[in-house]
Amino acid sequence: MSTVAFFLISLVKCLIVLLILLTAVAYIQLAERKIVGRMQSRVGPTRVGPFGLLQPAADAVKFILKEDVIPDGAHKFLYILAPILAVVLALLSITVIPIGGTITVFGVQTALQLTDINVGLLLILGVTSLGVYGVVLAGWSSNSKYSLLGALRGGSQMISYELALGLALIGPIMLAGTLSLRGIVEAQAHLHWFIVPEFVAFFIYLTAAFAETNRIPFDLPEAEGELGAGYHTEYSAMKFAMFFLAEYVNMITVSCVATLVFLGGWMGPLFGPTWLHMVLPTVYFIIKVCFFLFLYIWVRGTLPRFRYDQLMAFGWKVLVPLALANVMVTSLVVALR
Amino acid sequence: MVPLSYYLALSAILFCLGVAGFIFKQDIITVFISIELMLNGVNLAFVAFSHALRQIDGNIFVFFVMVVAAAEAAVGLAIIIAVVRNRNTLDVDQMTRLRD
Amino acid sequence: MQLTLFLIFAVLAVAGAVNLLIQRHPIYSALSLVTVMFALAVEYLILGAEFIAFIQVIVYAGAIMVLFVFVIMVLNAGEVAPAPKSRVAAWIGLPVLALFAILVIGQVYGAFGATQLGLGEYLVQTGPVGNSLFHDFLLPFEVTSVLFLVGVLGAVVLAARQNQAPKPAIAQAEAEEPKAMAAGQR
Repeated sequence: MSTVAFFLISLVKCLIVLLILLTAVAYIQLAERKIVGRMQSRVGPTRVGPFGLLQPAADAVKFILKEDVIPDGAHKFLYILAPILAVVLALLSITVIPIGGTITVFGVQTALQLTDINVGLLLILGVTSLGVYGVVLAGWSSNSKYSLLGALRGGSQMISYELALGLALIGPIMLAGTLSLRGIVEAQAHLHWFIVPEFVAFFIYLTAAFAETNRIPFDLPEAEGELGAGYHTEYSAMKFAMFFLAEYVNMITVSCVATLVFLGGWMGPLFGPTWLHMVLPTVYFIIKVCFFLFLYIWVRGTLPRFRYDQLMAFGWKVLVPLALANVMVTSLVVALR
Repeated sequence: MVPLSYYLALSAILFCLGVAGFIFKQDIITVFISIELMLNGVNLAFVAFSHALRQIDGNIFVFFVMVVAAAEAAVGLAIIIAVVRNRNTLDVDQMTRLRD
Repeated sequence: MQLTLFLIFAVLAVAGAVNLLIQRHPIYSALSLVTVMFALAVEYLILGAEFIAFIQVIVYAGAIMVLFVFVIMVLNAGEVAPAPKSRVAAWIGLPVLALFAILVIGQVYGAFGATQLGLGEYLVQTGPVGNSLFHDFLLPFEVTSVLFLVGVLGAVVLAARQNQAPKPAIAQAEAEEPKAMAAGQR
């Protein structure tokens, strides 16, 4: 199709994705508060709107109207750059995530993905490794001890576990034979989901993903009650909201990648009329991603957090050798095939 | 269609800016960063030639340059940490003796 | 259109490099280098080297420069004031460097005729890179892995704090704790 048409369609897709993502983040946050509340034998927020459903709107208004404080000795440029960087990088990885097959809307045929590059998984790994900058620059530029400690811990944790993350993903990549996310999903057609041969890689990936997104049980960098609020102690109002946003979007990205690489993406039984054939893959995809998000919230309500040295020892001494062993076994199997 | 010479000119400019940083900068970490800038300039030349000659060897060489740069950065920064810890200054002009 | 793309990111790379030289604080120099690396990654994509472009982002910008930033933070690096004699060096040296640059560019500019590089003419996919690495370049690959091992060991040994004495058993250490504290503070 012509360049202009391609640009217009991509622009429309970008806007839709952005809108859906921002709303999803707000409601995941509400879901987390309510589910964790139920796990702790209390209801979550219920006052704003029916069942507390308008709580995210109230939170958004609060964040916008709150006073924006910049600490005195902070390096201003980096202080303002860090949350922007975090949000931009988090949203960047959504560009390569496919949520369904090809659909035809109003006579226009387009893939349900912003761009299908040959090395989609490498882009996601790249964005993950750049996410360290958001954390480290935020903590350092705040000119505060809690922030610096949180930043150094968070940064080294993210670097260590991103190694395990990458190594765990090599197994499915070898089985699929391609780095493109659409190719990996299509290699799992007919119920050949990669979670069955690669269950070790699946658990390593899940653990490393929890550590990358700084969620319990690995959330020492932002541990409330231990480090103030870690690397975003000195941030208020909109900038804090941006870190928040970045964390939840990272959660969504990681869940999407887990679905695509291990649970077969949008593969599922197709039935019914043709228009249902276009909608059902996306529905299956969303169900699987919601399962992972629920897992995140469930773990948050259940587990205590790791101490920093335990965390690092676990990442380097357990996960990395396991992931390497997985790579070796998978490559043997693929080579003998 | 971009001429090959443009890529090589860009590579040369980056390399010379790296040399300038290496010679003129006062603190040792920036000197190190300039070394990385030089390596990046050279990488661009390799990739440009790999495209021009339709051979993959240029890309492989860039891969190895990155690997060696990583190892060199790790060891070099460890040396810098050890030296700065002993002399308490980042100034290159103060690091003129092997021993205090 | 390819020329426009090339020029935008070439200007960005050179601006980042010049900013690296102008800035006083090492952290801004490090971040300028990250900008240069991004611009170069896009240039690699224009040249069809998609694997190298993303490896540049993951390894160079995402790991090596993070290491630089960590070291700057741990060492608490600040701005280092320029020494007086370096003004003279700058007045003489920079023109000489510019002359050197012009000579180099002049040599490479005309040396390769009018070879034009088109967008999409040569795309290096990850499969062939892997094949080449593990078949033709297997020995350098293994040698670099040994290099990494040596590098890791060296970095750990060099950057470790010098311990005063080898650690004895726990009970003995508890008895000697006041002496060890005084020795450690020296």
